[in-house]
Amino acid sequence: MSERASAPPPASDPNTVPSVAARLALYQRAGGVITPLLTALIAFLIGGLVVLATTGKDPIKTYKAIFKGTGLSWLSPVSIHWHLFYPASIHWTGWDTTSPTALNLQQTLIVVTPLILTGLAVAFAFRCGLFNIGGNGQYTVGAIVAVQFGIWFAGLPGPLHVIVAMLAATLAGAAWGGIAGFLKATTGAHEVITTIMLNWIALWVGSYLVGFNGPMQDPRAVSAPVTRPIADSAHLHVFWGNPLLQGLHIGFFIAVAMLFVYSILLNRTTLGYEVRAVGFNAEAARYGGISVGRNFFLAMAISGAFAGLAGSIDILGWEFNLDLTVVQTVQVGFIGIAVALLGRNSAIGIFFSALLFGALLTGTSTRNLDPSVFQPQLAGNLTRIIQGLVVLFVGADLLIIYLWQARKKLRLPQRKTAEQA
Amino acid sequence: MADERTVLELRGITKQFPGVLANDHVDFELRRGEVHALLGENGAGKSTLMNILYGLYQPDEGQILVKGEPVRFHSPKDAINRGIGMVHQHFMLIPVMTVAENIVLANEPTRAGLLLDTDAADRRVRELSRTFNFAIDPDARVESITVGQQQRVEILKALYRNADIVILDEPTAVLTPQEANELFEILKTLTREGMSVIFITHKLNEVLEIADRITVVRRGKRIDTVDRQGATEEGLARMMVGREVLLRVDKPASDPGDPMLTVDDLHVYDDRGLEAVRGVSFEVRGGEIVGIAGVDGNGQTELIDAITGLRKAASGRVSIAGRDVTGAAPGTVLDRGLGHIPEDRQRRGLVLEFSLAENVALHDYDRPPDSRWGWLFPRQLIRRARELLAQFDVRGGGPQTRASALSGGNQQKVVLAREIGREPSVLIAAQPTRGLDVGAIEFVHRRLVEARDNGKAVLLVSLELDEIISLSDRTLVFYEGEIVAEHGPDVSEDQLGIEMTGAGRQEAVA
Repeated sequence: MSERASAPPPASDPNTVPSVAARLALYQRAGGVITPLLTALIAFLIGGLVVLATTGKDPIKTYKAIFKGTGLSWLSPVSIHWHLFYPASIHWTGWDTTSPTALNLQQTLIVVTPLILTGLAVAFAFRCGLFNIGGNGQYTVGAIVAVQFGIWFAGLPGPLHVIVAMLAATLAGAAWGGIAGFLKATTGAHEVITTIMLNWIALWVGSYLVGFNGPMQDPRAVSAPVTRPIADSAHLHVFWGNPLLQGLHIGFFIAVAMLFVYSILLNRTTLGYEVRAVGFNAEAARYGGISVGRNFFLAMAISGAFAGLAGSIDILGWEFNLDLTVVQTVQVGFIGIAVALLGRNSAIGIFFSALLFGALLTGTSTRNLDPSVFQPQLAGNLTRIIQGLVVLFVGADLLIIYLWQARKKLRLPQRKTAEQA
Repeated sequence: MADERTVLELRGITKQFPGVLANDHVDFELRRGEVHALLGENGAGKSTLMNILYGLYQPDEGQILVKGEPVRFHSPKDAINRGIGMVHQHFMLIPVMTVAENIVLANEPTRAGLLLDTDAADRRVRELSRTFNFAIDPDARVESITVGQQQRVEILKALYRNADIVILDEPTAVLTPQEANELFEILKTLTREGMSVIFITHKLNEVLEIADRITVVRRGKRIDTVDRQGATEEGLARMMVGREVLLRVDKPASDPGDPMLTVDDLHVYDDRGLEAVRGVSFEVRGGEIVGIAGVDGNGQTELIDAITGLRKAASGRVSIAGRDVTGAAPGTVLDRGLGHIPEDRQRRGLVLEFSLAENVALHDYDRPPDSRWGWLFPRQLIRRARELLAQFDVRGGGPQTRASALSGGNQQKVVLAREIGREPSVLIAAQPTRGLDVGAIEFVHRRLVEARDNGKAVLLVSLELDEIISLSDRTLVFYEGEIVAEHGPDVSEDQLGIEMTGAGRQEAVA
């Protein structure tokens, strides 16, 4: 993939204050895989301190309970009890697909799926030098279109219906993102502003459509602002777990496949070459004959397509209808920013950081967290604290890089003395 | 080496940046009333040394002594308090404020501790201006005065803060020859009054004109300090580069063929909506180098932008090899046979985060053999880059090295490799040697002459008159968006210098 490990760049001119994009670019380059790990670690450390200071609970126990709630332990066929002595310490658990752990893992992966895609939506734009804050709006638009197409065409055979609905949602997301790209290319309107605006437009248009007496509201559900359910033929196939209990659907594989699409698109196509050239140095790209405006539009449209696809997968995979509360409280677009930043815009990085944030979300959900250890209502906030801290530390890249370089400096004198000896 | 006249001494200054030893035990000594030139190629460590002296960087090792007293500067403020002033290459002035306001900035005389005492500021500036014979109006707005005067404002700013040591960083880079002479006069007045000047430059002729002593640095080390008496350009160049350098370009007489680039009555507006190019017509034939001389900001950039399609021309025509390209997109113009070496290689010529292979492909990535149906063939990019990099003697990295890892000279070689390697019929070179060291300049010049001898039409835009004179077969002088003079290969620097300031035209008007 596009991962390039390299040494931190030489100290830059202290007279110039780098722009946000330049600082993020610096962060992307510096420190290989170490900085994101360090960033996450520090975020968890401070999150733990907050737990300790505010609730007096043991942070280690809390984190353990959260981890248990994620179901990730299912992946290991043995369970190890570190506090017991051998041989009682290791139990063979195998892969019991009906255990509660398996159900938890299914939930985690269902949450991870849209996060991968919204992470890609932020990352792709970022590679073109654009900051896509509009993942939420693009996701919402995709979800609305997916519901409508899931309700229409009820007669179509299953796979075809799914493809039609997904394609329509993807295109809708692309259009929504493309608006911001088009405005940037033609009028220079900053994409941060326009995508935020478009988020609100999507939210209120969605609220109107889905809300009471809205054109999409289910006329039978008089008391609830929700759309009609999509046709059964539009449901994504559930390949693991019970379809009635929200088993894991094939949308997960679609998201993983998109990671490959992302990487190939960027690194092996002329479109990706142009996008990267514009992202690194728009001026040089223009001098080289590349149309910068066209790439702004395309990058935002492709970003929007990823987010729109995320919206359709959630609808077709497990939600099956669109609820007013979902329209008004959805956060995946914003979490996508943290996913992309922590994942350093590389496909592998986005997979793992989506896994991290998805696991945090399910691990702290009311259903999965052991309430005797930590109140789930508070734990949800812990997720947000960690998410915020990650974004904060990515912004404070210079601090992390400074720490990283200080560590090298500390080692340097030792090497010198070794040479002298 | 220190005697009673020494006002400043740097002893064993060492500064390490990641991967580079920018200063390696550098000694430097400045005497009262002298102009001491600090001569070296770009990246030799001149600026680092001066930034240490001005408190912008902390040295890893070494000592600074001001008037015999060891000091430590933690910020420019400390340096200013010790009587050190610095005039940066890029002026730090606020255009909408007056000269006097700029000078007293951050050190304003106040009335009752609160209100700005404009009169006192004015008086003090006038006083200084008179003492040192600066012809400058304290009430003029900075945006309305010339670059040369702005530089004087910067010097006054240092003097106002009671500096008696003034550091000038490449001060002549932005000046015409006449303005440079005026600056030299001012420096002489300053030293007569007992000030000391450190003059950072890489231009040999200036050093011999103005400096009393010359310290040469190369790769972070001090090579030698010599008196102006007895120093020669050749000797200094050898010290700077570490080998013999050809200072003059050897080229056979030109043999112009058909016109390849034709510009006809071109009008172009700049970003502010002002007419920057006012009805320019000329042609460049295959096999000749046409130089455009002029002070920066007289429409040269807009002219090139209009030819290359980066900016829309208001009216007029541009054709390349007989085909009209007026108003075409930059990509189309490049495809019609234009090679463009842009003014600023790091900002416009290269994508620094790209590998060299990706940089070399910047024009041709979207067609076979680099790509087909939108699929890129990275191996093909690498293969072609390897050939071109060898042809153009790019050192310090292979096709997969990032462009940012190369030195300035090698970066420019990559740009040349891309632009000349595509065999264009017209080659535009804008400031092709700016910021390059003597050795790399020699290489670039040789390649441009070679391109000419291969029948290409070369348009050279440069602010360096000696470059224009040594390379051009014909020279056009640009002033306020118009061609005010045209010369053959033999023209003197003084003649061009006078015409560049519009003197010829103004006489005609009067």
